[in-house]
Amino acid sequence: MREVYFDHAAATPLLPEVVEAMIPFLKEHWGNPLSLHRFGEKPREAMEKARVQVAELIGARPKEIYFTASGSEANNMAIKGVALMNQKRGKHIVVSAIEHHSVLNSAKTLEKLGFEVTIVPVDKYGLVNPDDVAAAVRKDTTLVSVMHANNEIGTIEPIAEIARAVKERGTRHFPYFHTDAVATAGILPIDVDELGVDLLSLAGNQFYGPHGAGALFVRRGVRIMPLIDGGIQESGRRAGTENVAAIVGLGTAAEVAKTQREEWARYLAPLRDRLIERLTTEIDHVYLTGHPTQRLPGHVSVCVEFIEGESMLLFLSMQGIAVSSGSTCTSRALKASHVLTAIGVPAALAQGSLVFTMGQGNTMEDVDYVMDVLPPIIRRLREMSPLYKA
Amino acid sequence: MAVYSEKVLDHFMNPRNVGEIPDADGVGIVGNPVCGDMMAFYIKVDNGRISDIKFKTFGCGAAIAVSSMVSEMAKGMTLEEAKKLNRNMVADELDGLPPNKMHCSNLGAEALRKAIEDYESKQAQEQTQ
Repeated sequence: MREVYFDHAAATPLLPEVVEAMIPFLKEHWGNPLSLHRFGEKPREAMEKARVQVAELIGARPKEIYFTASGSEANNMAIKGVALMNQKRGKHIVVSAIEHHSVLNSAKTLEKLGFEVTIVPVDKYGLVNPDDVAAAVRKDTTLVSVMHANNEIGTIEPIAEIARAVKERGTRHFPYFHTDAVATAGILPIDVDELGVDLLSLAGNQFYGPHGAGALFVRRGVRIMPLIDGGIQESGRRAGTENVAAIVGLGTAAEVAKTQREEWARYLAPLRDRLIERLTTEIDHVYLTGHPTQRLPGHVSVCVEFIEGESMLLFLSMQGIAVSSGSTCTSRALKASHVLTAIGVPAALAQGSLVFTMGQGNTMEDVDYVMDVLPPIIRRLREMSPLYKA
Repeated sequence: MAVYSEKVLDHFMNPRNVGEIPDADGVGIVGNPVCGDMMAFYIKVDNGRISDIKFKTFGCGAAIAVSSMVSEMAKGMTLEEAKKLNRNMVADELDGLPPNKMHCSNLGAEALRKAIEDYESKQAQEQTQ
């Protein structure tokens, strides 16, 4: 059976050079990077090399890179770490309505601790308006967080403009500006100075690196409270022995992505555009979600009316196609996607959500295979649906 | 797809009794698409027994499998037996459902009960006329 992996937002296959780079740190150089004896040497060197590689991917200084175990952890560290550390200054933060749960739930936790959170809405494409964000900034706002691109609908946000608008409205240092770049790092060009951000989250498993390694960029001078207290790892901002092999994998993936990224994007955009074109023209009542052009290369998200996402996902899986869905039933929490709700997709239509995220292993034949397999599945499920009248 | 049993997958892929009965004796519709699941059951009743049953379902794999299993279990049952079908019996017949999908099982039993109630209230109306 043909296998088509269209769920790169969940995990990406590891590049061969990433695996190669990691293996010595599982087999031979398993020492603790903090150790002063020789067993600590190689792991320490490798980790510092990875720090340089990650810094170079986003135009930062190596000392501004803090390794975490995931993008979610980096987001938690940014939101809670900044808010808690700077609460004498104020107890208000601003986030967009379509942030990842690791940002939104961090904000909820802060609310329980007595902070105020303003959630800025988005338009029907999922775009955040810079003026809306600036208008939400108050004297006591210490942090603004808007994601670089949304993982569910692919929309790329105008971060540089938003950050500029926020900075014009704020004082010299506050509020700090954080962007969750988990969906874009290694995929879109990123320069933290050009974007004008103070903090930025990324994760290796979004660009052909392993699980278990993410990073938070914290601009020099930004005050942030550690969430994990303990030893002096990561300059005391994130205690715990580092996951050296995964960090080496992240660093290697960052180095490859830096040179390959543009070519990758050029390769994926036509695949994305063809799938969008075919889905929305060849099948009735299929609607694109997210921005039609300002979207991630390789990201296709649609809602199929009258049927439910999980049932489509299961049938696709049985025919070798791996995709994702934002439907209520697909989420273990049985909650409608907050992103689809925020862009105004009616609740019933949102149940028919399908998300295809492509990577370098995919081909135009994969797109065409999906278009061979999916229409009969949709037909079959619609025939079964009490909502569909042929 | 290890979250679902073989039996759930079989009923999902090859659902029994899909469709509508235009001259149904009773119709039961529960749920709505906003919540993620909606089921419509159609029954024919003959001599106090469910002689034919069809369904249409909007929902996840579990919702479709449950609908199919309920239709299969109920076919041939007396109305009294069919009314006693509950979510655990349906889930057991399917060799279990993930905990967060048990409400689908509930919905199937409820839709069947509604169809029976619809039939019974129509009968009662006919007798008073």
